[in-house]
Amino acid sequence: MANAAHAQDSNSYYVPHDSTWPITGSVALFTLMLGAISYLNDWAGGWSFIPGAILMAFMFFGWFGTVIGESQRGVYNVQVDHSFRMGMMWFIFSEVMFFAAFFGALFYARTLSVPWLSGQGVKVFTNLVLWPQYEATWPTNGPAHVGGRADSSFDVIPAFSLPAINTAILLTSGLTITVAHHALRAGKRGTLTVFLALTFILGFTFVGLQAKEYGEAYRELGLRLSTGIYGSTFFMLTGFHGLHVTIGAIMLLVIWLRVLRGHFTPDRHFAFEAVAWYWHFVDVVWLGLFIFVYWL
Amino acid sequence: MAEHSVAAAHDHDHKPHGWRRWVYATNHKDIGTMYLVFACLMFFIGGAMAMVIRAELFKPGMQLVDPQLFNSMTTMHALIMIFGAVMPAWTGLANWMIPMQVGAPEMALPRLINFSFWILPFAFTLLLATLFVPGGAPAGGWTMYPPLVLQNGASFPMLIFAVHMMGASSILGAINVVVTILNMRAPGMTLLRMPLFVWTWLITAYLLIAVMPVLAGAVTMLLTDHFFGTTFFTAAGGGDPVMFQHIFWFFGHPEVYILILPAFGIVSEIIPTFSRKPLFGYEAMVYATASIAFLSFIVWAHHMFVVGMPLAAQLFFMLSTMLIAIPTGVKVFNWTATMWKGSLSFEPPMLFALAFLFLFTIGGFSGLMLAIVPADYQYQDTYFVVAHFHYVLVPGAIFGIMAGVYYWLPKWVGNMYHMGLAKWHFWLSAIFVNVLFFPQHFLGLAGMPRRIPDYAVQFTDWNMVSSIGGFGFGLSQLLFPILIYMCVKSGKPVKVNKAWEGAHGLEWELPSPAPYHSWQTPPSDAIIAKGAFH
Ligand SMILES: [Cu+2]
Repeated sequence: MANAAHAQDSNSYYVPHDSTWPITGSVALFTLMLGAISYLNDWAGGWSFIPGAILMAFMFFGWFGTVIGESQRGVYNVQVDHSFRMGMMWFIFSEVMFFAAFFGALFYARTLSVPWLSGQGVKVFTNLVLWPQYEATWPTNGPAHVGGRADSSFDVIPAFSLPAINTAILLTSGLTITVAHHALRAGKRGTLTVFLALTFILGFTFVGLQAKEYGEAYRELGLRLSTGIYGSTFFMLTGFHGLHVTIGAIMLLVIWLRVLRGHFTPDRHFAFEAVAWYWHFVDVVWLGLFIFVYWL
Repeated sequence: MAEHSVAAAHDHDHKPHGWRRWVYATNHKDIGTMYLVFACLMFFIGGAMAMVIRAELFKPGMQLVDPQLFNSMTTMHALIMIFGAVMPAWTGLANWMIPMQVGAPEMALPRLINFSFWILPFAFTLLLATLFVPGGAPAGGWTMYPPLVLQNGASFPMLIFAVHMMGASSILGAINVVVTILNMRAPGMTLLRMPLFVWTWLITAYLLIAVMPVLAGAVTMLLTDHFFGTTFFTAAGGGDPVMFQHIFWFFGHPEVYILILPAFGIVSEIIPTFSRKPLFGYEAMVYATASIAFLSFIVWAHHMFVVGMPLAAQLFFMLSTMLIAIPTGVKVFNWTATMWKGSLSFEPPMLFALAFLFLFTIGGFSGLMLAIVPADYQYQDTYFVVAHFHYVLVPGAIFGIMAGVYYWLPKWVGNMYHMGLAKWHFWLSAIFVNVLFFPQHFLGLAGMPRRIPDYAVQFTDWNMVSSIGGFGFGLSQLLFPILIYMCVKSGKPVKVNKAWEGAHGLEWELPSPAPYHSWQTPPSDAIIAKGAFH
């Protein structure tokens, strides 16, 4: 690369040339979307996700691999580091707003649409004309009792069972990553390795327990994605959160492998901090879920 | 940032050649150019759909297309113009101009702008492909209201995923803009020295990052309602179709400021240049833009006054909407005051900026009328609404883009364009846009509903006038690409840095055409101070 000659110049802002990864990413995204569309429109079977998924994985390995390589070669000056940091923060902000849409749906259903369906407030006629017997409750699968068991009933997962354990797991993982971060800054690589490993193990444990909880909900509780508005909000919120925990845990695993290879210094470790911020973000979302979905 | 200098990692104009230069691009100018070319292409595709609409509406009765295709045309026209033409045009201008205007060599995250651009052609391939699938293209309106949108055929998931891809592109593009503005400014380029185009884009990017994910959430709920049995928008399961409208317009109203704020910025650059005076009330302009952005989050339900909501909510959304007139009024006042006692000249960018000032204000006034709840009961879903938002978007956003291109084209290409032809383009556009949209106010007030392929005979005359205006406007736009082509191929070289004698700002300190990596060594404090209004 033409600019490698200037790599040691700490005044220069590194500008990569001729990158093949973004176009690979665009093609991968398009392939993945085509696969999803083909599957949903019954044009093809579940295999249609595979090509896009493979391309996406290839793109992530390649793109992040290139960036990590450049970082290790030392071509990024402090200002590039600032750009990465700000980019990550704004990306997390966009994720917060994505979850806000689903939390908004939950609050709207609980405080507005369900009471209105039971005849409260301004919208009395839906109740009078369609479902005069419907009383507002939460949880609910709606005035027509959509989904659930054969008799349309369903049960919810009590907050102070598995969800409370999961809360403890995630909060603990928030502590372990902080310990790992302090160890990294103090140059204690042993502590760093152990606590970072603990963090992603806790993360994957959380995902495993969520999967167990989902299994019970589907088999025994009559609580499914199609169980009215409760099932919809419950599974979409916890599902997207679970997806983010999975991604976060994979990211933790990646930076752990990088730690094993001796990456990161006490004062330059953007990737570590980015993953830590992301991890705290999924932690905070979980607290919202625990309070508003499981508990209240 | 003040504490370190911003220099590119090279001191040479090494340009990759052939298709690789574009597909693998990391250069802010190359990517800006691709965005602008793409936006122009989409402008003509979306425009062709508008021509189908106006041809069908030329007289009552069914002439050309069946009602399903007609509704597909209105839906696709909106999606293409908003997400394919106006938003990419703004991002293209941002990529071109922001590094030049803040004294940076490049955008902050060069690979990411390539990604955000190259998602778009694929997203619009997906969207345009819906025209050829069983059941036809989406026909339920660009707002995608359930349950109507769920009745689309095979196009439904294509629409949803196309919107997801456009959203991803916008978010990544916006992150790049924010990071570039906050991190790549030359030392001495303080926030209140930044040109207003940079300021308005900073606020636009913030809005994009805040609301595009909300749109993604809304369309994801549509997808799961359609395919996976969720009941977000089904009353039987405890949901509410109106909830979609709330979530959608929480995105949708800030979205209209996403479409217009950069135009405010461009007009704030152009009017001082051709008035040969500094911008009146620079700081007030910044704060007005920020207040508009803040207010844009708390006005969304003015799009849904007739769907039924508590009286208190109607009052709140009516009053908050009217509040927006205050910062907007500040802006219109300041632009006017900038021209006061200036020595004005009327080159094409100034002409477009002045038309913007007058015609956007008309769109703003009809917006105020629509904000009044009892009046809105009458206007809702009529051509009055169509007239309103087209006044804001065509002589507003589109004229803003045109003004920006005519302003900066000599800097990009190094050649001046054909002044006479550009003035023809302006006058034809400015006259026909009014012939096209002004009668739609009358049609709407007389009760003609929007999104219908046929109408009662008493609406014929003004529909004919409007259609003639539409064809005239559409045809005159063909001058635009011709003019740009001529400028690139055979325009007269500008030679000087300042293509316009009254121009302010860092971009005019660079040679014309500007070097491949804009500011390889940061500009001096004196140069920055000279170009700033504050
Ligand atoms: Cu609005």
